[in-house]
Amino acid sequence: MKSQPRFDVGEIEELLQNGEEHGDSSLMAVLEEIQARYRYLPKDALILVSERLGVPLSQTYSVATFYNAFSLKPKGRHIINVCLGTACIVRGSRKVLDRISDRLGIQPGETTDDGELSLETVNCLGACALGPIVVVDGDHHGKMTAARAEKLLAESVPEGVEA
Amino acid sequence: MTVLKTQAELVELRDALVTRAEGVARLVAVCGGTGCRALGSESVFRALESEMANQGIGDQVTLKMTGCPGFCEKGPLVVIRPDGLFYQGVRAEDVPELVAKTLVEGEIVESLLYTDAETGERIAYERQIPFYAKQRPQLLGMNSRLDPTSITDYISLGGYAALSKALSEMSPEDVIEEVTKAGLRGRGGAGFPTGQKWRITRNAPGDVKYIICNADEGDPGAFMDRAMVEGNPHRLLEGLIIGGYAIGATRGFVYVRAEYPLAAKHLGMAIDQAREYGLLGRDILGSGFDFDIGIVLGAGAFVCGEETALMASIEGRTGEPRPRPPYPSESGLWGKPTNINNVKTWANIPIIIEGGADRYAQIGTERSKGTKIFSVVGKINNTGLVEVPIGTTLRELVFDVGGGIPGGKQFKAVQIGGPSGGCIPREHLDTPIDYETLTELGAMMGSGGMVVVDEDTCMVEFARYFMDFVQQESCGKCVPCRLGTRAMLEVLTRITQGQGREGDVEYLLELGGQIKQSSLCGLGQTAPNPVLSTIRYFRDEYEAHILDRCCPSHACKPLIHYSIDVEKCTGCGRCLRKCPAEAISGAKKEPHVIDREKCIKCGTCLELCKFDAVVVE
Repeated sequence: MKSQPRFDVGEIEELLQNGEEHGDSSLMAVLEEIQARYRYLPKDALILVSERLGVPLSQTYSVATFYNAFSLKPKGRHIINVCLGTACIVRGSRKVLDRISDRLGIQPGETTDDGELSLETVNCLGACALGPIVVVDGDHHGKMTAARAEKLLAESVPEGVEA
Repeated sequence: MTVLKTQAELVELRDALVTRAEGVARLVAVCGGTGCRALGSESVFRALESEMANQGIGDQVTLKMTGCPGFCEKGPLVVIRPDGLFYQGVRAEDVPELVAKTLVEGEIVESLLYTDAETGERIAYERQIPFYAKQRPQLLGMNSRLDPTSITDYISLGGYAALSKALSEMSPEDVIEEVTKAGLRGRGGAGFPTGQKWRITRNAPGDVKYIICNADEGDPGAFMDRAMVEGNPHRLLEGLIIGGYAIGATRGFVYVRAEYPLAAKHLGMAIDQAREYGLLGRDILGSGFDFDIGIVLGAGAFVCGEETALMASIEGRTGEPRPRPPYPSESGLWGKPTNINNVKTWANIPIIIEGGADRYAQIGTERSKGTKIFSVVGKINNTGLVEVPIGTTLRELVFDVGGGIPGGKQFKAVQIGGPSGGCIPREHLDTPIDYETLTELGAMMGSGGMVVVDEDTCMVEFARYFMDFVQQESCGKCVPCRLGTRAMLEVLTRITQGQGREGDVEYLLELGGQIKQSSLCGLGQTAPNPVLSTIRYFRDEYEAHILDRCCPSHACKPLIHYSIDVEKCTGCGRCLRKCPAEAISGAKKEPHVIDREKCIKCGTCLELCKFDAVVVE
């Protein structure tokens, strides 16, 4: 896991100070920031957030595990997101997902052993005209087929990563 | 920076902006919606910017990255106004010709025009394109005329005039009366009369009241709320401020779905600008009314579209619904009276206040007034956002506006209302759509997501997809939804795997009815709808899976086999080389064979074969 950024209390100090003023209602926003910065919610961060915001750790944990946007496990440096919205589904996105999952050897929600790639799914990106859609690190790739997805993997996956 | 202190100052500013705009006759509008951006509209915009400067016409033409005009299928879109010359599928490399020919010489670039799929005719102007011809874009129309990040653009098009009118000429009761008279019903899907809801919240006891805009558009296949927040955030703000005034709230919240970063960004910019101009904050336009708005970002939970779950989420808790009553209008956010409406409902308010209730109520049906935006997606030629008067028929939407089904395939059904809705088959295509007719047909208006499916979609698998969705998104608080949807999913999965049993359909009907009756919130109460409606209209497909062990649409993997037609196969070897399971064998130029034992039914050979020799049965 060489690629994970290290959790540093100092870095989220400002967030916490802001959160202290607003208590519970800033919990989501603070967790969203931490998730964005570290690509997961480190355990120490959850404990710290609870203490500083005055929110029970049980509540912080339940929020952290309830919403899809949060992860307690580190995510990969690169994120491949396959849209499984209805419009993409009727145009064959399941086959696209199956192929990518097969090639990477991981299931949706998992990360490759080297910490490079995470495979995710999303319920709709609202760009249905382009379906099926695969998003790699924020770049949309539309009108995917299983074969094109394989090509996309070969092009966009950084060197040295097994795919 | 101008802080607008009175209605007169707003009018003055608008007049100045309009005069300034008159000097520049033409507007080049590049769609900056998420769909067109994904197709590369940002690079088209940059190319236009530099090419217009190169060719020396930068000061004669205004270039804008605008909101979404709806026709996502043909993006990136470039519309040249005021004539409405419509260029589609524009790429950066087309830009030099576009600028030289159209903007400098005033000629049309034929190759960028829309081609009618039926007649093969090229169509130059937006209003002549069949996709737009039946539309009535009250809500979306402004999108492609303004830069959503510019408050002055909105003001120059008459923006905030409704707010100014409400604050200076109308009492809060007058505003509520006008909204009631207009007959506006909640556009989130349930269709509750908006004026009535506002009145209840206004009359609820308490000094502190809140209003909320539900922009947690979770229904897959629906993206009109995103297009509106992204494309014209000030319209939404204006509606919210008017609502705040009418209801007696001092603070509003917009709960935006996490998957819509651009919408949140544009809305945030709009809020900052509105504050700068004195349209949000203390003493708005000198009226003495104080009001402010904050954005709350969701974190990816479908159930948060339910109002009580949404409020729990704003309060920093897990998004679990609670029983109603008490309704939010009595006890909502932090226990205070709270009025929640959907993006489209709020965005309709300035139209009603500005043009008056009578004019607004001219469009629509007896029971449902105004327009409704649908996202027409799936197996359809013209994917996009469509705004039509309520009461338009499905046939008009699917065939006239949507352009029918691609690839010469047969229309099978249209799924309306997402995971809470249902499928409507061919025989009901001529039904005028409003809240009641859709409910009678076993679907629901919902947010207006409309997914068209053709003969290749298996309705049992489709129902299973929705059940899988709600099962994953069920928050788990109440048993009927948590366990009931799981039980339904298990049965549906078994059927699609060819292990259905006699009596399964009856079991699904019974269980579905119970879940609808006994679930805590709207998610559970509507979760069985996709299953019940497919059973209602496509029971034969269920029976084929259960009794004949076959999938009539050739979609359910365990029930199909791939083989190669020896007559058609030329032995080119394409499929053989690419088969990931090495299940295909055969000598060069001889017909190939698929080994059923090895075949994983991935469909690679079907995709690759140029001779239609791969058969699925």
